[in-house]
Amino acid sequence: MSNLRGVYTIWYRDILRFWRDRIRLIGAVFLPLLFLFVFGSGLSSRMALFGSGVNFTQFMFPGIIGMTVLMSSFMAGVSVVWDREFGFLKEVLVAPISRASVAGGKTLGAATVALIQGAVILLFAPLIGISLSPQTVLVLLPLMFLLAAAMGSFGVLLATRIRTIEAFQAVMQMLTFPMIFLSGVFFSLQEVPAWMSVLTKINPATYGIATIRQVVLEAPPDSPFGINLLGHTMSLWDNVGLLAVFGTTMTLLAMRSFGSQD
Amino acid sequence: MNDYIITVENLVKKFGQLVAVNNISFGVAPGEIFGFLGPNGAGKTTTINVLCTLSKPTSGRAIVNGYDVVRQQSQVRQSIGLVFQDPSLDDRLSGLQNLRFHALVYHVPASVREQRIEQMLRMTELWDKRHGTVRTYSGGMKRRLELARGLLHYPKVLFLDEPTLGLDPQTRNRIWEYILELRQREGTTVFLTTHYMDEAEKADRIAVIDHGKLVAMDTPERLKKIVGKDIISVKTDDDKKAVEEIRLRYQIEARRDSNGLTFEVASGEEFLPTFIREFSTKILSVSLRSPSLDDVFLKLTGREIREETGDAFKAMFRRRGHRMRR
Repeated sequence: MSNLRGVYTIWYRDILRFWRDRIRLIGAVFLPLLFLFVFGSGLSSRMALFGSGVNFTQFMFPGIIGMTVLMSSFMAGVSVVWDREFGFLKEVLVAPISRASVAGGKTLGAATVALIQGAVILLFAPLIGISLSPQTVLVLLPLMFLLAAAMGSFGVLLATRIRTIEAFQAVMQMLTFPMIFLSGVFFSLQEVPAWMSVLTKINPATYGIATIRQVVLEAPPDSPFGINLLGHTMSLWDNVGLLAVFGTTMTLLAMRSFGSQD
Repeated sequence: MNDYIITVENLVKKFGQLVAVNNISFGVAPGEIFGFLGPNGAGKTTTINVLCTLSKPTSGRAIVNGYDVVRQQSQVRQSIGLVFQDPSLDDRLSGLQNLRFHALVYHVPASVREQRIEQMLRMTELWDKRHGTVRTYSGGMKRRLELARGLLHYPKVLFLDEPTLGLDPQTRNRIWEYILELRQREGTTVFLTTHYMDEAEKADRIAVIDHGKLVAMDTPERLKKIVGKDIISVKTDDDKKAVEEIRLRYQIEARRDSNGLTFEVASGEEFLPTFIREFSTKILSVSLRSPSLDDVFLKLTGREIREETGDAFKAMFRRRGHRMRR
């Protein structure tokens, strides 16, 4: 009970900060939208139609949703580094709440803010000719949240071990861009060279992006939008399970790492 | 021993090879204002960090409000309030939101939460500014907000680590009024570190720590008796010659510094007239005073506490510069 209250309080503060600083939302969705419309318009004519008449912009759209969620939640760990540098972390660390609940609250806060940003991108679906039924959206939001929570906990874990904002940002950029490029946001993973294929399958983001894409484009797992892992066609639940395992592991590690802070 | 609200027994804290706190033991009585003094790096903040569960002792133990700081962290944390040396507010949120956050994590019951927040904000005269973002507060307002926050959950022990560093005299006095008022009303124990000797005078008892060891612990009055004698400061046109003459004439070793000479005599009022009459080196100015805690500190640690204040101010400015980058 006491732990739940701790998680809630830490989450609440992150949401409050986000709400006081709403303008951040514009910045967070600007880059993904730029990618979507500039790349989409520039490359659509050169790219073949994907099966079932999906054009390049439409192909990219679910990837961009995933990218928005991933970047936002992964980077949110920076707030832990901020708090350490500007002292507020001390207030949190001497409070009578467990360190694990602090890590949990941080992860959920990161995931919630990321989900809001991803949802803003969803609003642009009609502009590129994708119609989303309410049912689709209801399936999509939990999937986006799962990806966000998994990446958020990874970010928090790194943040507990990195002391300066500069170092954190450097590490984050080194990880974020490869993760995005190798997750199938911008191109289909079917025709990539073998070495790259291995990397895409190690990348946990791949499974989140593929799932979101299959749901948005209403494509089956054995379509070109699916993933084949070691000869096994990953079903939607396979992907969800894999992400959940990754997210849970990262959350537990983050909780442990937070607990051992001096 | 059991009457103490803070008990420290053979506390040792090492950082690798460095022994920051070297086997110290002391007790603090409930309702006491306990001053913890020492030069920078003497082990003050390290001790506080152990007492408030931010850092684990290498050996020895510490009990706060009946709870062990290692085994009963959560209960210890619930029992204490802290005002840190460095700011620890969320400066993107309002003053009110900072206090609400604190009330939530410290389980202040919902039924009294808002009323208590208002009480603290009014006491620290921040009620009118409660909706302002903390970033826009002045240094004094931030400190007062931290104090309001530290007191919000009615802690049994309030730790104040340099609570008034870098504040103007009016604000310092204000803050002290709150602290004394609170002790009066709630019987809160105050554990204080400070570089200001006039603040240390307010303590019921003072412990002096140097190089990780306790070198003295007593009431301010009795500590001053360590120095015992009156202090005479003289400026002459030839300090070197004057030191020599004082040694020959009175068998006293005077100290030389940039302001001239100082030495101690048993009874200053009687000594001064004869001194001025007899002394052959030309005297430019002379003054007499009773011993202060500054003198005690100097005697015990060989360092002047004011030297440290300068550093602390520089540290403040460094922090400010740092914050500007945001």
